[in-house]
Amino acid sequence: MVELIEMILLPIVVLFLAAGVFFMLAGAIGLLRLPDFYTRLHATGKCDTLGEVLIIFGLLIYHVYYYSPGAELSVQLVPVKLLFLICFIFFANPTATHAIMKAAYNTGVKPWKKGDRRM
Amino acid sequence: MGEKSSAKSGKGFGIFVTFCVMFLFWLLLSGILDPIHVGAGIICSLIIAFVSHDLLVTQKWDKMLRKSGRFIIYVVWELWQILLANFDVAYRVLHPKMPIDPSVIEFDTSLRSDLAIVTLANSITLTPGTITINIDQEKGRFQVHAIAQKPADALLVDKTMQEKVAKVFMEE
Repeated sequence: MVELIEMILLPIVVLFLAAGVFFMLAGAIGLLRLPDFYTRLHATGKCDTLGEVLIIFGLLIYHVYYYSPGAELSVQLVPVKLLFLICFIFFANPTATHAIMKAAYNTGVKPWKKGDRRM
Repeated sequence: MGEKSSAKSGKGFGIFVTFCVMFLFWLLLSGILDPIHVGAGIICSLIIAFVSHDLLVTQKWDKMLRKSGRFIIYVVWELWQILLANFDVAYRVLHPKMPIDPSVIEFDTSLRSDLAIVTLANSITLTPGTITINIDQEKGRFQVHAIAQKPADALLVDKTMQEKVAKVFMEE
């Protein structure tokens, strides 16, 4: 029974971690490839949010299965803290992206248009 | 923001609700249940509840509860959109030709309250191919940077997201 749970659970954890790493990687590649400030923020602002959340969620499942049973209360509360972390990332990341975007726009960074030379 | 009539009778209730939320938060974060830690938590929660209860409880209770219910349904839809957004960005980034056509668009909404505007702004930033640049709160005007034509049309023509947010906060 325990082996069966591990056989199902571990691949799920690995899947979450792998998906998270994939999106973080896509964000990093986007940061390098895209032509200007605004489009680069598209890559980092979105991919980092989901990438981080997926990685944290994978760790959360792992923690619940391997450390929680029979542990102290403070150890059992770690998943709750991870959940809070996910919530705060979902609030803070788009807000920060928007703040950077607004600052750039108000100081007059010109958006790249299709057909322009790469900066 | 707060309604004057409910503010009087709801003040004690607002303090109580804020205290409960803050204390629960304290317990979840500390996880230590001896008298010193719990006592410090009660004192801190009380101070916060007295100083800032009007930030958390701004409206009548039943109204807020109904709003939170609709908000949760909206969040589920929003999570799905976030997933789509990430595949969209990953596709555009990893595609050898990079199919992007950035533009800055503007549109008006009927939203006025702080929370509704923040929700829509953050949703726009998280969903496929669009990021909020500027908001004029008095006119409800949003300035948005779109990475391609299709996501721009989703905001300009379809307006699914604006309608959903307006429905959550009932500002039609």
